[in-house]
Amino acid sequence: MVPMSYFVGLSAVLFAIGVAGVLLRRNIIVIFMSIEIMLNAVNLAFVALGRRLGSMDGQVMVFFVMTVAAAEAAVGLAIIIAVFRNRETVNADQLNLMRW
Amino acid sequence: MTQFNWSLINFAWLPILPLIVVAVGAMGVLLAGVQVDDEDSGALGILTIALLVFAAVLSLLLFGGRPSVAFSGALAAGGYTAYFDLLVLFAAAMTALMSVEYAADQGLAGAEYYALLMFAALGMMLMAAGDDLIVIFLGLETMSIAIYALAGFMRHDPRSNEAALKYFLLGAFSTGFLLYGIAFIYGATGSIKLEPIEAALSRPATDNALLLAGVGLLLIGFGFKIAAVPFHMWAPDAYEGAPTPVTAFMAVGVKAAAFAAFVRIFMVHLGPLGPQWTMVLWVMAGLTMTVGNLAALVQTNIKRMLAYSAIAHAGYILVGMTAAAAPRAGGAILYYLLGYAFTNLGAFTVVVALERRGAIHDNLADYRGLAARHPFLAAAMALFMLSLAGVPPLAGFFGKFYIFSAALDAHLLWLTIIAVINSVISAYYYLSVLIAMYVREGGVEPAALRTRPALIATLVIAAAGTVAIGLFPQPYITSAAGAFVSALGNAPHHHVVLSR
Repeated sequence: MVPMSYFVGLSAVLFAIGVAGVLLRRNIIVIFMSIEIMLNAVNLAFVALGRRLGSMDGQVMVFFVMTVAAAEAAVGLAIIIAVFRNRETVNADQLNLMRW
Repeated sequence: MTQFNWSLINFAWLPILPLIVVAVGAMGVLLAGVQVDDEDSGALGILTIALLVFAAVLSLLLFGGRPSVAFSGALAAGGYTAYFDLLVLFAAAMTALMSVEYAADQGLAGAEYYALLMFAALGMMLMAAGDDLIVIFLGLETMSIAIYALAGFMRHDPRSNEAALKYFLLGAFSTGFLLYGIAFIYGATGSIKLEPIEAALSRPATDNALLLAGVGLLLIGFGFKIAAVPFHMWAPDAYEGAPTPVTAFMAVGVKAAAFAAFVRIFMVHLGPLGPQWTMVLWVMAGLTMTVGNLAALVQTNIKRMLAYSAIAHAGYILVGMTAAAAPRAGGAILYYLLGYAFTNLGAFTVVVALERRGAIHDNLADYRGLAARHPFLAAAMALFMLSLAGVPPLAGFFGKFYIFSAALDAHLLWLTIIAVINSVISAYYYLSVLIAMYVREGGVEPAALRTRPALIATLVIAAAGTVAIGLFPQPYITSAAGAFVSALGNAPHHHVVLSR
């Protein structure tokens, strides 16, 4: 039997990879993928903690997170396409029309 | 002939009637849009406003209702929920009203615009009603996804694109933190519902490290949503690039909904952990006020200035949350949000008035000499700026007054001093708008107001509210305080107090 701390540890590592990806990468698509990694880290934590607690809430939550992530991806990719059509770039550093 | 089965009518549905009206109404607007030409989209705007007002009337009927929970504790009904429902519906209706002519002029025409507005309002109402972290999360996402699309609604405008993209990326990023926080709190307390979570806080078996990590992540998530420093970087860009009525909705509606959930989770249910999280909020409030006001000083674009001003105002509200120990703090926050809604919606309406297709007049320089050409518009802007600066007897003054006195009740002397100094700093940039309008010359000529009755109506309502809430604060502060107490009424520890 794999101990609980392994699951939570793996989820923390995945979450950290996601956060690092968002902060360090400059390609919008990669940033978006990193956010998805963060959400999957959350899902892993929910499933593992739900199993330890013996409650269904954690599992149910994962379904909501997946659904919402899909909806978010639909809108997010549409926004990225709109940006690409007007600017022909997906590099975050070049999207700087507004600066103070 | 079968007899009608009365048990099919489940009265648990009663508290969510306003939600149902908004949800079904949004889909109705989409369907109606098929029949309506884009040029006549004003009719859809009026339909949207009518539906929102109907939902608001239902919320008003629920306002005095006894605090209760519906759907096995997933939703809370009562004064607190109804208060925020009214606030959100008001913000959405005002946004629709100021959009009617703007949308036709800017080519935003289409049922999608109004439907998205209503879906966003639906998400906000769910956030205010959520007594369960799943519901709060779903409300937050329903709201956010609609607002991402609204921010980028001007598909061919690169600034609107960029605003939507930045808002979307940072919004999704913060959702990750919020969810991870929920996961940890769930792991530590064994529940996803707020009342059992609160009950678990007093159990010795609760895993404290996991719980505090969860609360910390939740604070980061909400920090992004309310644009608190240091999680505010997205706000100026998103506010500047989004269509102006959407910016107004973001500044008022999104903020009210985020604080509705934030206050309910932290002040109502995580009270026992108060000493830990108020420490973090103290720093966050001080930073948010100071950075917001200092950055607003140097802005030349009015939308960007109002964005930093919105950040600063989130800081004042955070002062109220830091003062959670004072019984008056909750009512003060709710009252502040009400006054802020009227004032800020009004200010953005003036910005809308100066814009025209192909000519975005949102620089401070464009406001020069406005008083000579449009005394009514300039006077309204002056009123809103003075209210935001906190000049008595306007709504903004009493909002700050109640928050600061709650902070003093909670012995937050230094934070109150920082807040008062910040108020003084903020007067400088609000007054610079007045100076531009009344002393300087030049600027731009806005399109005739005569042809825009909806815009005038929005301005009059906002101005009347700003003055009325300030001149007669008593009924409003009483209902705000009552609404907050009704949220506490749901919390188990108060039942314990009563039964002792």
